[in-house]
Amino acid sequence: MIIPRLALRNILGGRLRTWLNVLVLSFSYVAIVLFQGLYRGMDEQVSRFKIESEYGGGQYWQGGYDALDPLSVESGHAALPPALGRLVEKGRATAVLIAQGTLYPGGRVMLVQIKGIDPGQKIVVLPTALLAGNGANGDIPALIGERMAKSSGLGVGDTVTLRWREAGGSFNALDVRVAEVVSSPNPGIDVGQVWLALDKLRELTRMPGEASLVILARDTAERPEVPGWSYKSLDYLLSDIKAVVKSKSVGSTIFYTLLLLLAMLAIFDTQVLSIFRRRREIGMLMAMGMTRRAVVWLFTLEGALHGVLAALLAALYGTPLALLLVRNGWALPKGTDGYGMALGDKLFPVYGAGLVLGTAFLVLTVTTVVSYLPTRRISKLKPTDALRGRTS
Amino acid sequence: MDDTMLIRTEGLVKDYPMGADKLRALDHVDLTFRKGEFAGLVGPSGSGKTTLLNILGSLDAPTEGSAEVLGLRIETLTHARAAELRSRSIGFIFQTFNLLPVYTVFENVEFPLLLLRVPPAERKKAVMEVLERVGLADRAGSRPAQLSGGQSQRVAIARAVVKEPKLVLADEPTANLDAANSHKILDIMEGLNRDLGTTFIFATHDEKVIRHIRRKIVLVDGKVAADEATP
Repeated sequence: MIIPRLALRNILGGRLRTWLNVLVLSFSYVAIVLFQGLYRGMDEQVSRFKIESEYGGGQYWQGGYDALDPLSVESGHAALPPALGRLVEKGRATAVLIAQGTLYPGGRVMLVQIKGIDPGQKIVVLPTALLAGNGANGDIPALIGERMAKSSGLGVGDTVTLRWREAGGSFNALDVRVAEVVSSPNPGIDVGQVWLALDKLRELTRMPGEASLVILARDTAERPEVPGWSYKSLDYLLSDIKAVVKSKSVGSTIFYTLLLLLAMLAIFDTQVLSIFRRRREIGMLMAMGMTRRAVVWLFTLEGALHGVLAALLAALYGTPLALLLVRNGWALPKGTDGYGMALGDKLFPVYGAGLVLGTAFLVLTVTTVVSYLPTRRISKLKPTDALRGRTS
Repeated sequence: MDDTMLIRTEGLVKDYPMGADKLRALDHVDLTFRKGEFAGLVGPSGSGKTTLLNILGSLDAPTEGSAEVLGLRIETLTHARAAELRSRSIGFIFQTFNLLPVYTVFENVEFPLLLLRVPPAERKKAVMEVLERVGLADRAGSRPAQLSGGQSQRVAIARAVVKEPKLVLADEPTANLDAANSHKILDIMEGLNRDLGTTFIFATHDEKVIRHIRRKIVLVDGKVAADEATP
């Protein structure tokens, strides 16, 4: 225990230089934990919003349907297979039919996807109950999202002409009434979309009993093999989001790698300077019976203790900061709309023991290695040279 | 070696490389030191005093010949064994004091005992006794920067003798001190030599030290030119 005690005493004796190094290093700790926590929160938040409002527990896509290919909408529908029909009947899934359409708000033309969904479904978080029945004037209730409302200039109660293409290829049109403007952080159920009751859309498009996709309930374990339909797991559906979050996370590592490098440079310089200035002390330690190995260990530990002190300092001011962010969230700038992802107005970071301990391990390892490198010089130092203040 | 013999050198040679050539710092030195001696290596700068002291202290190894210290042949010792010998049996005093700046006087003196893993209560007792002996018990909590040169050297003496080594090697211990302080620390070392039986070997060209030593070994160009008892 003597060497750790000596090391601690020595670096505390370094006073301002020690604390400047510790402060810079603590910034690295806090930056890494805060940023990684934000990206982790982003991942969890986006995934949660997407699952709650769009993906459920996974989806079945009709063979011709591809969510990333708008041209597939026209052919990507078929009669609901019995296996999926049974899940829908049991309330373990809900079917969605998608058709291309055109909306004419205020005389403008907007291409939209018309999505039909069961008004009684409980699988995704949408006020679909408002889609049931017809309005007093016989118009059809429709749901649109906030973004769609903004771009079309429509509001609750407004009536707008919707045109669609029937199964036979002929076009038809009627007025729909905006029953609700849905506020959702998920643009995937909003932008360029109009939601109608499933049966109504089937009737309008003359596609009775058909669907483009089926959304499973989150806790559904059944994954029946359905010919002509492909199951898309959450891993598949969320893969793009995770890739985006990962790329943003990697981008942010450049920032804190620079911060860490700065701290490491300061520690390396301190170690080099310390060994240079304390040659006589090193010689005296050897003269008193310390081995070179013990002296190397002492100086390495002195450097590494910067990492330990930085962790304590980071915990001191970083913990309240992290708790504040967890409680109040990180307000996203107006107009960014979650950077195109289902983020919401605020980003709530997620911190875990693994993140904190992993960061501490990373910083301590790097600090120890950087502290050790200059001390290799000691292992070549002759006690007689050190006592004279010379380097061997 | 008989029981009273502490050090024996035979044909001790130390060469330092100087470019393509070499400088012979010690040239076939044959010497013996017995327990309890208060001896000095005397000679001008470059005569080999410090080199011999370093070899006897196992801080350096000879190029040729043999140096036997406390029954151990220095030329055969590994780095770790040499460190152990220094830790247990040899104390050093240097011209520049070499106190550890961030430690208090007490902690500086305590340091050799920490390396020997002496229990805390024993450490405290030993440190305070030796500080009492050098007249610095009241400065135990001071830092080296708060001490005068004479006080610093007394701390260095206390640190060298606190573990009760068999041998203390002092390299120009008075070079940075005025006459009064020089006599004071020499008196302290004489007292320790007399009371504890510790062997002191000095490397010096200071007349004040030469007046205190009981055996004077004169080195010239790395050779023993004279070895005589002093009155």
